[in-house]
Amino acid sequence: MPIAQADLEAILRDGFPDAEIKVDDLAGDGDHYRARIVSSAFKGLPRVRQHQLVYAALKGRMGGELHALALETSAPA
Amino acid sequence: MTETVTANPVHEFIAKTVEEHPVVLFMKGVPEQPQCGFSAQVVQILDHLGADFVGVNVLQNDQLRDGIKTYSDWPTIPQLYVKGEFVGGCDIVREMFQNGELKPFLEEQGVLAA
Repeated sequence: MPIAQADLEAILRDGFPDAEIKVDDLAGDGDHYRARIVSSAFKGLPRVRQHQLVYAALKGRMGGELHALALETSAPA
Repeated sequence: MTETVTANPVHEFIAKTVEEHPVVLFMKGVPEQPQCGFSAQVVQILDHLGADFVGVNVLQNDQLRDGIKTYSDWPTIPQLYVKGEFVGGCDIVREMFQNGELKPFLEEQGVLAA
């Protein structure tokens, strides 16, 4: 079950209001996305924790209606 | 991670597996024949670095497929464990490989001949 790019962006923006977010639809099928998120919420956290925060913001969609979301997360320099 | 290890038999199996083997990849398919592009990528990276690892096919068992996600609080597969610790999924492993962190990490853990 694909998810619209605008919806995905909105969900991420809700979860990370301060963040710089860029979402790309990699395959054009609404099912394979890449998200680059730069947020102060990630500061000092290992990558696993950073990605877990993103998955938490997605509220269970990851692995379900969202099949593939490549993540690149970082804190602002 | 370990706080989720309770009376759940699948979690016990996972904990035992990652304790007994220094490098474990929970994946879709087997290392010789991955059944998902993301699992294949991690296998390729580990093979390229010459890391000895045990592949566990989560497709063989639905309980394992779900259990690995709750064990690590991580919703996707593949999942790489080194010395019992969850290292990451495909994105993290690839990022660590590309920026040159993965090889020294595996060497430090003593799971790769330096």
